[in-house]
Amino acid sequence: MELKNAVAGTLESGDIMIQIGPGEGLQVELQSSVAAQFGRQIKSVITETLEGLGVSDAYVKATDKGALDCTIRARVTAAAVRATGKDVWK
Amino acid sequence: MRNTKVVTLEEAIRRSGLKDGMTISFHHHFRGGDKVVNMVVAKLAEMGFKDLKLAASSLSDVHAPLIEHIKNGVITGISTSGLRGELANEISHGLMAEPVVFRSHGGRGSAIANGELHIDVAFLGASSCDELGNASGCPRSENAKSICGSLGYALPDAKYADHVVVLTDDLVEYPNVPKSISACDVESVVVVDSVGDSSKISSGAIRDSKNPRDILLAQQAAKVIINSGYFEDGFSIQTGTGGASLAAVKYIRESMIEKGIKASFALGGITAHMVKLHEEGLIGKLIDVQSFDKVAAESIASDQLHQEVSAVEYASADNPGSAVHALDIVILSALEVDVDFNVNVLVGSDGIIRGAVGGHPDTAEDSALSIIVCPLLRGRIPCVVPKVTTLITPGAGVDVVVTEYGIAVNPRRPEIAERLKAAGLKVVDIHDLAAKATSVIGVPDPLPFGDKVVGVVMDRHGKVLDRIYNIK
Amino acid sequence: MMFVPGNNPGMMADAHIYGPDSIMLDLEDSVTMAEKDAARLLVYNALKTIDYGDTEMVVRINPLNTPYGHKDVEAVVKAGVDVIRMPKTETADEVRELEAEIIKVEEELGCVGRTKIMAAIESALGIVNAYEIATASKRMMGIALGAEDYTANLKTPRTPEGSELLLARETIVVAARAAGIACFDTVYSNLDDMETFRKEVELIKNLGFDGKSIINPRQIQVVNEVFAPKQKDIDKALRIIAAIKEARAKGSGVIAVNGKMVDRPVVLRAERVISLAVASGILNEEELS
Repeated sequence: MELKNAVAGTLESGDIMIQIGPGEGLQVELQSSVAAQFGRQIKSVITETLEGLGVSDAYVKATDKGALDCTIRARVTAAAVRATGKDVWK
Repeated sequence: MRNTKVVTLEEAIRRSGLKDGMTISFHHHFRGGDKVVNMVVAKLAEMGFKDLKLAASSLSDVHAPLIEHIKNGVITGISTSGLRGELANEISHGLMAEPVVFRSHGGRGSAIANGELHIDVAFLGASSCDELGNASGCPRSENAKSICGSLGYALPDAKYADHVVVLTDDLVEYPNVPKSISACDVESVVVVDSVGDSSKISSGAIRDSKNPRDILLAQQAAKVIINSGYFEDGFSIQTGTGGASLAAVKYIRESMIEKGIKASFALGGITAHMVKLHEEGLIGKLIDVQSFDKVAAESIASDQLHQEVSAVEYASADNPGSAVHALDIVILSALEVDVDFNVNVLVGSDGIIRGAVGGHPDTAEDSALSIIVCPLLRGRIPCVVPKVTTLITPGAGVDVVVTEYGIAVNPRRPEIAERLKAAGLKVVDIHDLAAKATSVIGVPDPLPFGDKVVGVVMDRHGKVLDRIYNIK
Repeated sequence: MMFVPGNNPGMMADAHIYGPDSIMLDLEDSVTMAEKDAARLLVYNALKTIDYGDTEMVVRINPLNTPYGHKDVEAVVKAGVDVIRMPKTETADEVRELEAEIIKVEEELGCVGRTKIMAAIESALGIVNAYEIATASKRMMGIALGAEDYTANLKTPRTPEGSELLLARETIVVAARAAGIACFDTVYSNLDDMETFRKEVELIKNLGFDGKSIINPRQIQVVNEVFAPKQKDIDKALRIIAAIKEARAKGSGVIAVNGKMVDRPVVLRAERVISLAVASGILNEEELS
């Protein structure tokens, strides 16, 4: 799937900013104040969400401000939709 | 002849007889604006001292320059109540060979008084001092630059250190009365440009939190107090400085007026909120170990019923005369509380030291009712956990935990749980709070601690309570 | 009913801790056009994941005549929202159009009839059609006033006393009562003026509204205080309810309290007082049984 560069999310508390662009395989670079305890979980939510959308090659830079999993899923989906131009709704 | 005590810092150090390996001490009432620690240690480094032990009542972000002095071997040991910022970060990662010793304010007072913490030379900043050494945290001239009010945490040092140097940026005419530190305890007086950055010592006025979660927690905490059974005429109270804690005072005030209840005294760090209640006649006396803001500092300078106490008089465990023994209610904050009601106020959930023991264990243990106010979740950081990262205040002294998801009462205090339930408050099992946190944020991975001890937490009776390991 | 911007995850995660009766996640006015897609995904994931407990969850969608409205309906119905709030409703046909959209998605999910509708009336035409709107669908659970757009439409400013809103407010209450559904008043946005806010809440309570829309948790306490029934009313209501139980136990059709016959409106009012008392946390359900 062709991928443009796209961004979703903000740097406000409780949010996460997802920057997505072309890449080989799924590479995730994560910056988070809770990386020690939740880095593994955050990264797996990001990759699972992308895989669910059929995105298998992408470079993702995630700047986390304490987002919950549901927010991470929403922001990753929004970034992917913007990058692929393919919406999840009819 | 009278002014022989007034010398340069270098001369004062030379006179003190300080030698490598000795212990120097400082107080922290200039808080984030403190210039004394960095100034003195820089001079000691310049003079070639090595292997000094630094005993501070607390350290903060502003003390990052100590990192260099530790690396250069000037400072090889630290004892303190708190540690923050880059210095704390470096120490958490294993900067020092010798672990930092953490004591509560009362614990430090006791340790100094009983000789366990022996101070060779105390360097004590003062807002005003006369040439004989009578020192105060209050302004005594129009030139006063750095005002901190109570000098409570400096008093044990002044009394028990072998040698005392007062540093001031306002040398006033003898006699500087009323004094906090007596000239009889002081060997040298050093006049410097500035002991503290006044904009960072304290805030100017009352600021009410507008954060809706703080307000919610404050309202709940106030309801706990009002329905606890301890809210009756003549009660005594201590509060912390967190937004929720300060806001709680506002709601308690409303209830005091409505019910015609007055407090006999407020204790501890005194804030503008407490001064206001005192001036309104709702609190009889203010017992002040540390004046947290300008209003409190001005009040202690002018009000007979607003009295300074030393750390020993405030919170010493082994001295039956200390004020905490007479304290009814205390509101405290927490970084973490666990299901056994143990509290951590020192080490962050990332394993890095970022707080202060303060009077937390002292007041929790000795008060009749201790209330911890903390949000269950700060972003993705849980505050009610299965086990605290570091034990600071044992759960045996903690009675009630107030969160935005409900109020947990220590099973040792069933009568309080009953009273709160009868008042219609949402009383929950603390295990349910921990489970709720997990359900929202997931189960955190264990922290990557190493096996080097970087900190030792002493309990207020002088025994080791917990150890802090380096974080990788 | 607390309004929460649909593109603010921090506020969405926290909203229910303040105990509002319902939360309205907003996809419309508080979200910029560039963020409509992202907010829709946030609201969808929040509704699917966050445990809002007993709080009634409402989403304000974009109008169906915008590029966003249809996707909003699909997303929030799939997420299992309790109520869709339709903004700027002017006619009963618009309600029926929304209903058809909802049914399409519900049929796909196999849950026809799950989603309720609340219509916000924000124009003169909407007020004129209030009763038709209120009765346009069996899914209608309430109508609400949106005062900012309404006063703009009337070409009048909003005043602290709200005299310009009086007809709209009374019309909405009457239409809702005639249709047997709920009615909610508009927001008050000056957070620093709690006194005027309190007066407005007292006014709309006396007009007959079931609730007030709020924009900040700090306003909840005022609404609860104003809507909370007074103790003597609760005591009276409890006596009436007790008398009903007693009469039923005896198999008697006649209910009397203090020697006076109790007729149906009195019983209904007593029940309303009790449910308000429970909602305000003055009574708990255990005490009733």
